[in-house]
Amino acid sequence: MAAATLTKAKRRKRSSFGQDNLVGYLFIGPWLAAFFLFTLIPILVSLALSFTDYNVLSNSGDFIGLDNFQRMFFEDRRYARSVNATLKYVVFAVPLRLVFALGVAMLLNTWRRGVGVYRAAFYAPSIVGGSIAVAVMWREIFGNDGLVNFTLNLLGIEGPNWLGRPETAIWTLIILAAWQFGSPMLIFLAGLKNIPKHLYESAEIDGANAFQRFLRITLPMLTPIIFFNLIMQLISGFMVFTQAFIVTQGKPLDTTLFYALYVYRRAFELNEMGYASAMAWVMLMVIALLTALVFRSSSYWVHYESDEGPA
Amino acid sequence: MAAVDFSTRKQVTRPPTPWYRHPLARSILYHGLVATAALIMLYPILWLVGSSFKPPDEIWTNQTAILPIEPYPQNYPNGWAGFGGISFATFYRNSLFYATLGTILSVSASAVVAYGFARVRFRGRRLWFAIMLLTLMLPTQVQIIPQYIVFKQLGWLNTFYPLLLPRIGGSAFFIFMIIQFIRSIPVDLDEAAMIDGASKVGIFLRVILPQLTPAIITAAIFSFYWTWDEFLVPLIYLNSPELYLVSLALRTFSDPSGQTDWGAIFAMSALSLLPVFVIFITFQRYLVEGISTTGLKG
Repeated sequence: MAAATLTKAKRRKRSSFGQDNLVGYLFIGPWLAAFFLFTLIPILVSLALSFTDYNVLSNSGDFIGLDNFQRMFFEDRRYARSVNATLKYVVFAVPLRLVFALGVAMLLNTWRRGVGVYRAAFYAPSIVGGSIAVAVMWREIFGNDGLVNFTLNLLGIEGPNWLGRPETAIWTLIILAAWQFGSPMLIFLAGLKNIPKHLYESAEIDGANAFQRFLRITLPMLTPIIFFNLIMQLISGFMVFTQAFIVTQGKPLDTTLFYALYVYRRAFELNEMGYASAMAWVMLMVIALLTALVFRSSSYWVHYESDEGPA
Repeated sequence: MAAVDFSTRKQVTRPPTPWYRHPLARSILYHGLVATAALIMLYPILWLVGSSFKPPDEIWTNQTAILPIEPYPQNYPNGWAGFGGISFATFYRNSLFYATLGTILSVSASAVVAYGFARVRFRGRRLWFAIMLLTLMLPTQVQIIPQYIVFKQLGWLNTFYPLLLPRIGGSAFFIFMIIQFIRSIPVDLDEAAMIDGASKVGIFLRVILPQLTPAIITAAIFSFYWTWDEFLVPLIYLNSPELYLVSLALRTFSDPSGQTDWGAIFAMSALSLLPVFVIFITFQRYLVEGISTTGLKG
């Protein structure tokens, strides 16, 4: 984003690049059209719907003011449970994923032979992670007599009914998420390679041990990347859908009824599109607020090199 | 710290290096640790593939092993037969059609739009660019309900239009990625072409586009495998089994209340991962670069 301003300032000096409104809009036209048709207008319609009790089957709905929001915040117990489940998932899955990503990236940040193979192996789960196949497999692995309990049984431990118990079900999904740390790992890895070697060398001469070097050099130098990964993972964490839909179906006792799943249920299984729109809008506001908060906080902990500026 | 004590000019003997500091020991430790971790990561996937070759009784008795005792490839034809008289051939045809056409649409549109943002100066460019980046954070849920209502009114349920049409504008992620790429192409080339009398369209087609190949390949790979795995949107629009994508079919096929032939379920699950893995292994370099650069240059 900052790069845009930078190159723009440079380019402004070049007189040969005149302004060309018509051509510019012709090129971005496809995106602009799709943006209005499939994003902006639907979002606004969705806002309007959230004040109605629109039902898609009868294609009718009345204006009911803030009733949907009142129902959501004060009456719908499932909504509260759904918010709980989502928060719990995000609070555990996102940090776990980032910690694994950074840890493995540091392990792989070496020129040893075979690192390319390892990198591919650690990334492989992420490439299949969003698929139905993996979700179906996960359901079997954590099933009553699935792989996990079979293994525990061999060790003489009787495993719990992972998917059926409210305390354990959500953890199967958190583990599934933590398993797929490939993308943030690759981004961390690229970041680690960008940290100038001389910083470590001079720290070593000054007698800093490995832990101090990590704390004083690696972490501060990586903060812009941690920041980027955190935002991306937070957003995708809040939108988690497929895994819960297949593995646990929101059960048991709504402990895995993630927000996106609940919106889907209300909209497309119960045909309450007004109510579902209100829920979707609250989600939008929460994500926007959270992102803004992380952005705001970034000036306190994200370190940019002063001479280069944000790359 | 210093190895030589200058005051007495005597060589101070270094303490002998402990065995774990020895390069060979370190190398063995490193590879032992990382390879074990990598195997644990891969275990579920290998297990899935292995289980797809286990005969019915082995699936429960020989569960932890990756390799079957007696390979049983029959799971594959059993699974391929599908359900409701529709075989997986249909689902694969649908998925291939959708993933290919969807990829062509969104990647080609993304390249055109990216050029507009990266190389043409026009009023409002910065504003639209910022808005485009913001759309990356939008939850699908706020867009999907009104879209569904309109597409339903148009009578387009159970068609591919609702899945393909929104792709005519490209995807914000790929547009951003290609913009980053175009920025690394020297402007001098554009200027030289312009002096030769080329228009913006001409510059795009003859100067920029030929150089975009790596970026376009990267975008196409991502697009293909994301589309292949897509679930929520097809779930909403495609209700008749003849139109099912592999993802939807797999869900129905593995429904715990119906199907009990786990060998067949594993076989079809493993098979559905095959295209993605082939792409991953063939184009690994592009994928790694794509993720690293779009993540970093943001």
